[in-house]
Amino acid sequence: MSRESALVTADWVEEHLDDPSVVLVEVDEDAEAYDKGHIPGAVKLDWKKDLQDGVRHDFVSKEKLEALLSAKGIGNDDTVVFYGGNNNWFAAYAYWYLSYYGHENLRLLDGGRKKWELDSRELTAEVPSREATTYTAKDADGSIRAFRDEVIEAIGTKNLIDVRSPDEYAGRLLAPAHLPQEAAQIGGHIPTAGNVPWSKAANDDGTFRSDDELKELYADAGLDEGRDTIAYCRIGERSSHTWFVLKEILGYPNVKNYDGSWSEYGSLRSVPVALGDEPGAA
Amino acid sequence: MCGAIKGGPSLDGVDVENQAVIQGIVTRDGQPVGNAYVRLLDRTGEFTAEVPTSATGQFRFFAGPGEWTLRTLAPKSISVDSSVTAAKGVVAEVAVAV
Repeated sequence: MSRESALVTADWVEEHLDDPSVVLVEVDEDAEAYDKGHIPGAVKLDWKKDLQDGVRHDFVSKEKLEALLSAKGIGNDDTVVFYGGNNNWFAAYAYWYLSYYGHENLRLLDGGRKKWELDSRELTAEVPSREATTYTAKDADGSIRAFRDEVIEAIGTKNLIDVRSPDEYAGRLLAPAHLPQEAAQIGGHIPTAGNVPWSKAANDDGTFRSDDELKELYADAGLDEGRDTIAYCRIGERSSHTWFVLKEILGYPNVKNYDGSWSEYGSLRSVPVALGDEPGAA
Repeated sequence: MCGAIKGGPSLDGVDVENQAVIQGIVTRDGQPVGNAYVRLLDRTGEFTAEVPTSATGQFRFFAGPGEWTLRTLAPKSISVDSSVTAAKGVVAEVAVAV
């Protein structure tokens, strides 16, 4: 993968608004954002209602995904371009999630909804109608998703990247500061994890930094290119953003997203935890 | 609880006692700006959170006690930085003009 194969610009999207092989998909945490205005032709995915199971603490199954994408009029051969608010956190999560189920033509709109709005580009409240498809998902790709046992084994052996803010990493906050403080049972981070807040990978307008800047950013944090990498945050959406940078833009081979993230790890009994600004020892 | 609060969104239903709230309104020429983005930067200048303003130009953060910077981005404007101090049980109000 590379920047060219994974990212598209706002200009590219404007040029492809009428391209039938391209489906724009807005994914938000605040699902009302789409209803107020979205890029013309874009369909909506609600991060919580559409992509979370609702009973199990997990995202929706392959079968539910097939039903969802079929109903939204998304076909197996379509190029799906995700964008959204929160600097593309939830769009990157959806990108990662569709990668997990094997969709081949995926893109992220560089800068997401914010860049589009700051450029004063067109938004509409009109909801497009798309003919239903028969979507067939592939079997889950375990090479891009980490579960808790693998994360515990990775302490001191793999690259662990904590992409939350410094205050969350150190244990001073339990959740991002625009949300009420509720999450894991305790604060802190997984020992040996480096702290590279997702925001360091993005410019103020939400676009990704250059390849050279990104490589330097993770190298400075001690990322060893010869080792496998696991990224995590609080609930797996910001770490999808960093997974996207490492795997899809920079093309590092073995990068996983730990979507259980701190909300799970910080509630586990009897696992090692580090407090403060330093990674801590294995 | 009483007291008129100018600027930020209504605090009905918010547990102000246990939160360090930073909130306010973004305006241009006295009119609310509903399509701005407000970023919360910590004492080292590191990004902590970001919210879009509401249709009425308002925003709110649940921060921790301490010194923070708000960086406001709006269409056709340069970004504006504002310093603010947050404390538990206090609502810090910030008016931003772009």
